Amino acid sequence: MTDEGSRDRQDRQEKTGVLPWLDARLPVVSAFRREYVEYRTPRNLNGLWNFGAILTVVLLVMLATGIFLAIHYTPTAAGAFASIEAIERQVPSGWLLRSIHVTGASMFLAALYIHLFRGLYYGSYKAPREMLWLTGLVLLAMVMFTAFAGYVLPWGQMSYWGADVAGKAVDAIPGIGPWLEHFLQGGDAPGDVSLHRFFILHMVLAFAVLGVVGVHVAALHVTGSNNPLGIEPKGPRDTVPFHPYYTSKDALGLILFALLFAVVVFFLPNVVFEAENFRPANPLHTPADIEPEWYFLPFYGILQSVPSKFGGLLASVGAILVLFLVPWLDRSPIRSARFRPLYRVGMGVLVVCFILLGFVGRHHAQGGWMIAGRIAVVYYFAHFLVLLPLSARWERGVVLPESIAGGRGV
Amino acid sequence: MILRCVSVLAFAAPLADLSPAVAQAGPHDRAPHQAWSFEGPLGRFDLSAVQRGYAVYAQVCSACHGMKAMTYGDLTRMGLTMEQVGRIAATQQVPGGVDAQGDPVTRAATPADHFRDPFVNPQAAAAANNGVAPPDQSRLALVYPGGPDRIYAVLTGYRQPPAGYRPSHAGAVYNPYASDREIAMPPPLRDGQVVYTDGTPATTAQEARDVTTFLAWVAQPHLEARHRLGAQVVLYLLFLAVLAFLLKRRIWSDVH
Repeated sequence: MTDEGSRDRQDRQEKTGVLPWLDARLPVVSAFRREYVEYRTPRNLNGLWNFGAILTVVLLVMLATGIFLAIHYTPTAAGAFASIEAIERQVPSGWLLRSIHVTGASMFLAALYIHLFRGLYYGSYKAPREMLWLTGLVLLAMVMFTAFAGYVLPWGQMSYWGADVAGKAVDAIPGIGPWLEHFLQGGDAPGDVSLHRFFILHMVLAFAVLGVVGVHVAALHVTGSNNPLGIEPKGPRDTVPFHPYYTSKDALGLILFALLFAVVVFFLPNVVFEAENFRPANPLHTPADIEPEWYFLPFYGILQSVPSKFGGLLASVGAILVLFLVPWLDRSPIRSARFRPLYRVGMGVLVVCFILLGFVGRHHAQGGWMIAGRIAVVYYFAHFLVLLPLSARWERGVVLPESIAGGRGV
Repeated sequence: MILRCVSVLAFAAPLADLSPAVAQAGPHDRAPHQAWSFEGPLGRFDLSAVQRGYAVYAQVCSACHGMKAMTYGDLTRMGLTMEQVGRIAATQQVPGGVDAQGDPVTRAATPADHFRDPFVNPQAAAAANNGVAPPDQSRLALVYPGGPDRIYAVLTGYRQPPAGYRPSHAGAVYNPYASDREIAMPPPLRDGQVVYTDGTPATTAQEARDVTTFLAWVAQPHLEARHRLGAQVVLYLLFLAVLAFLLKRRIWSDVH
C-alpha cells in the first residue's frame, strides 16, 4: 500500500517535470522564453542587425580557444615565443585553435565597427537607449585593450615593438607619462614583467567583456531594438516574436559570417598573421616598419596626423571619448538617417574619413597622406561636435511614417 | 543601402591592402618566380621533395643554421615512420643533464627533442661565422622578404662579382639576390654535394629546389591539412547556408 502510494506521488511529479520544478524555484526557463522566444522584435530589422548575435558568438569562440591557448602558453620573455611555436607545431590542432583565435580578433573588431556605425546611422543611441550605447562603447574600449594585450603575448618582433611604441605614446602624457609608462611596463622597456602583466590583463579583460556584454544585452531587452525606420513599434502588427523569426535570420547571418571567417582561417591566413611577428622579439633590432593591426590603424592615423605627440594622443583617445557624448550632442528628435538627408551624407563622409585615416596610419602620414589625414581628423571631430548639434535646425517638416507595418521600406 | 555598400567596401579595402608587405633591407635583383606545388589556395607539398630537402638541410645547412622550433618527431609529418625518426634523432647528441659528479653529459636525442642547435649561443654562432650569426630556419621561408622564390634565387645565384665589387667585411661574397647584393654565407651547395637515396641526380639546382621546398614546409607545417580541412568546412557551411536561407524564407513568408 505504502509503496503504491509513493509511486503515485512520483508519477505526479514526473508529469510536472524537471523544468517546471526548476522554474518554480529559479525562473530561468520562463525568463528564457520571455527574452528569447516570445520577445517582441521590430519586424523590419535589416541584415546590419545580425551583428549583435555575431559578436556574441565570436566572443564565446574567442574565450573557448583562448582558454586552450592559455593552457599551453608561457608568459615569460624567454619562453613565450617558443611556447607559441610549440602550440603551432607540437600541440595537436594547436595551429587551428591559434589561427581561429587570431582571425577571431580581427573578425570581432570588424563586426564591432559595423555594429557601431549601424548604431550611429540609425540613431540607436537616442533616448531611451543611452545606456545601451554607453555600455557598447565601454565594450569597444575593453575589446581594444584586450586585443592589444593579446597581440603582445606571442613576443615576436611586432609584439615587442608594438608594446614599445604604445609605451612611448603613454610616455608623451605631460607630468605622469613617464611614471605611468614605467608602471605599466614594469621597467624602462617591455620585458618579462610587462609580458606577465599583459597576459593577466588579456585574460581578465576577456572575461570582464563577457560580463559587460550581459549588461549590454540586459539594457537592450529593457528598451527593445531600434529599427531602420527609427520609430517605436506601436502594436503587435509592428513586431514579430524573436523565435522563430530572428533566430532563423540570425542563424543565416551567423553561417555567412562563419563562411567568411573560415575562408580567412584556411585560405588567407597572411591577412591576419604578420610575417614579421614570426621572428622572435629582439630589443636590439628595430623592424623597418612598425605598424599596428589594421583595426587600430584609423586611430594610429589620427595619432600621426596631429603635429604634436601629446596632441596626437589626445586626438586619438578623444576620437573614442567623443562617441560617449553623441546621445547629447545630437539634438535632432529623428533617429534614422533615412529621414535626415544632411546627416545621412555626413555619415557617409564619416565612414570614408575613418577608412582614409586607416590608410594614413598605414603610410605613416607621410607626404600627401599627412594632408588627407588632417582633413579627415578635422571632419571626424566636426561631424560630432558641429554637424550633430546643428543638424536639427535643417530638419524641419520631416514626416515620419505612421507605423513600422504601414511605412516599411526595407 | 548606400551605407551597406560603403561599409562592405570600407572593411574589405584595408584587408586587401594588408597583404604582407615586401620590406627590402637593401637593393638586390628581383628573384624570378618559380612554380611551387605549395602555392595557391589548394597548394600541397611534394613530400618526396620535402624529404630530399631534409637530406640537404641535415647534410649541409644544419652545420651552421639552427631550426629551434622543430622536434625530430615533427619529421613524421613528411612521411617518415616513428622508427625512422627515432633513428635520425639517435644520431644526434643533445645535453643530457649532469652525471653523479655534477659534470654536464650528453645523450642521444629522442623524437621529443628539438633539433640540436649547431652553436651553444648566438655569440658563438657569430664568432664562428665572420661576425654574422646564421639565422634560425624555423620560419625562414615566411620571414625572409621574397619568400621561397628569393631563397632559391640566393642559393643558385652565386656568380663572379662585377669588376668594381669590394667585400664590405671579411667573408662576404657577391650574390645579386641578397640584400645589397652581398651575403655572409659562402656558396653552400654544389653538384653532387648531397647523396639522394631515391636516385635523383643531385645537381645544385635540384638541391636548392628541394631544400627550399623543405624550408617552406617547415615554415608552414600544416599548410596541407589547413587547405584540406578548409575545403571541407567551406563546402559544409555553403550547404548549411542554403538550408538556413530556405528555412528563413519559409518562416518569414507570412510576414512579407
